[in-house]
Amino acid sequence: MKAEGGRLKAEVVLPVCTGVGLLLVWHFAVLFSGTKIFPSPTAVGQAVVSLAEKSLLWSYIRDSLMRVAAGYLAAVLIGVPLGMVAGWYSTLDRALNPLVQLLRPISPLAWMPLAVIWFGVSNMAPMFLIFLATLFPVIVATTNAVRNVPPMFLQAGRNFGLTAPQLIRRVIFPAVLPRIVVGLRIAFGVAWIVLVASEMIAVDSGLGYLIIDARNAGKRYDLVVAGMLLIGVIGLVLDLAFRRIERFRSVAWAIEN
Amino acid sequence: MNNKVAFRALNMHFGNVDVLRDVNLDVREGEFVCILGPSGCGKSTLLNIVAGFITPSAGDVSIDGVPVAGPDSRRIFVFQERGTFPWLTVEQNIGFGLFRLSDAEKRERIAHYVQLVGLQGFEKSYPRELSGGMKQRLEVARALAVNPDVLYLDEPFGALDSITRLQMRRELLRIWQAEKKTILFVTHDIEESVQLADRVVVMSQRPAHIRRDIVIDIPHPRDISAPRYIQLRDQLFAEIGLAHQV
Repeated sequence: MKAEGGRLKAEVVLPVCTGVGLLLVWHFAVLFSGTKIFPSPTAVGQAVVSLAEKSLLWSYIRDSLMRVAAGYLAAVLIGVPLGMVAGWYSTLDRALNPLVQLLRPISPLAWMPLAVIWFGVSNMAPMFLIFLATLFPVIVATTNAVRNVPPMFLQAGRNFGLTAPQLIRRVIFPAVLPRIVVGLRIAFGVAWIVLVASEMIAVDSGLGYLIIDARNAGKRYDLVVAGMLLIGVIGLVLDLAFRRIERFRSVAWAIEN
Repeated sequence: MNNKVAFRALNMHFGNVDVLRDVNLDVREGEFVCILGPSGCGKSTLLNIVAGFITPSAGDVSIDGVPVAGPDSRRIFVFQERGTFPWLTVEQNIGFGLFRLSDAEKRERIAHYVQLVGLQGFEKSYPRELSGGMKQRLEVARALAVNPDVLYLDEPFGALDSITRLQMRRELLRIWQAEKKTILFVTHDIEESVQLADRVVVMSQRPAHIRRDIVIDIPHPRDISAPRYIQLRDQLFAEIGLAHQV
């Protein structure tokens, strides 16, 4: 019980203390410096409330989540199977890997002009950027996961007379699952980071749009900071949700080691 | 006793490296044979060939007169370490190869082998929650559960501490006597081979061939300070080319 209490303290109390402390520092820093540009915490809070009253808050959050989900899921649906096949057949990996390594370092933001030409003013442009940002990490994580399955697991599976489909279902899939889940979580973090930039073009809703619009239309820095904080908080919540998946028994065996 | 496993003029090379040269060996049904040799001499390769994981460059291996064409669930390979599936519990591991049985038969078989290797109370545990010796017992149980005629053990106790290793040898002998399997056991441990085997096959350095084939004519349980034990052990030490001094 003591250890339980200690963990609660470490995981909840300490971060809350940090948060409250920072809010106080922020509040008094704005107060004493008398800045007219940077908003105080209360101003940001009021900005969030005003967004909620205009019912923009939920629709912006919903639009952002929808775009991230669509781009991310498309990347997972394409990247995981592709990565699995590439991990299994080294010939395909050798053919594919240089291309992946070439495209991977290009910031998704560099694709913005092309995304606008291809998809115009639509949801497709930000979705495409999020898709690009997450596709390569997903492929790389999956390929590595498959390649790192210890050969003795495959030999044992074949030794017990498993057919190829049984081997995939009963040995390869459970063996690669933990690494893929971790890879998917990291890729999701990337998707959320790219969201802001991807919503600065082509769309007129979402949390990224909120930030750029608040700055362009009247330098509303309270709304800018509100948008930033909302992105941070939602990102944190989604990451925590992902980490819960990593505690499932079918995944946890590899992560705890 | 019938002849079970026959190696005939077996040769193996990986690229330019000659690993096995003209290996001929017969193993009788129910026999416990240790393949003893220096590290890296190719004895694991020999075991991988008879298990059907790799194909020899020349020559062939047959079991019950039928050439080995690939892995077969009548002959199970027990790995050096960590061959158990970490995502399955103890009972799921033991039941891994039992997918052709009905649920009732499967449950019965699992319970029997949990008992045999002394893992009662750990049925729902995962391998990472077990000690090294328990993991190795689990792997032996998983192998035995499919009722194979032959077990291939590749330095199965190499990663265990010396006390656990001694206990595991006693366990293995007990199981071998209870289950009447043919066992091919690869080791580089001279004492281990004299304690366990009916026959010790001594391999040379690479390219490995069989230098000597020594029958261990001591009944179980073996007294490891008996003159005959020491005589055979020293003969093996000499054969491996070691002075029996530290």
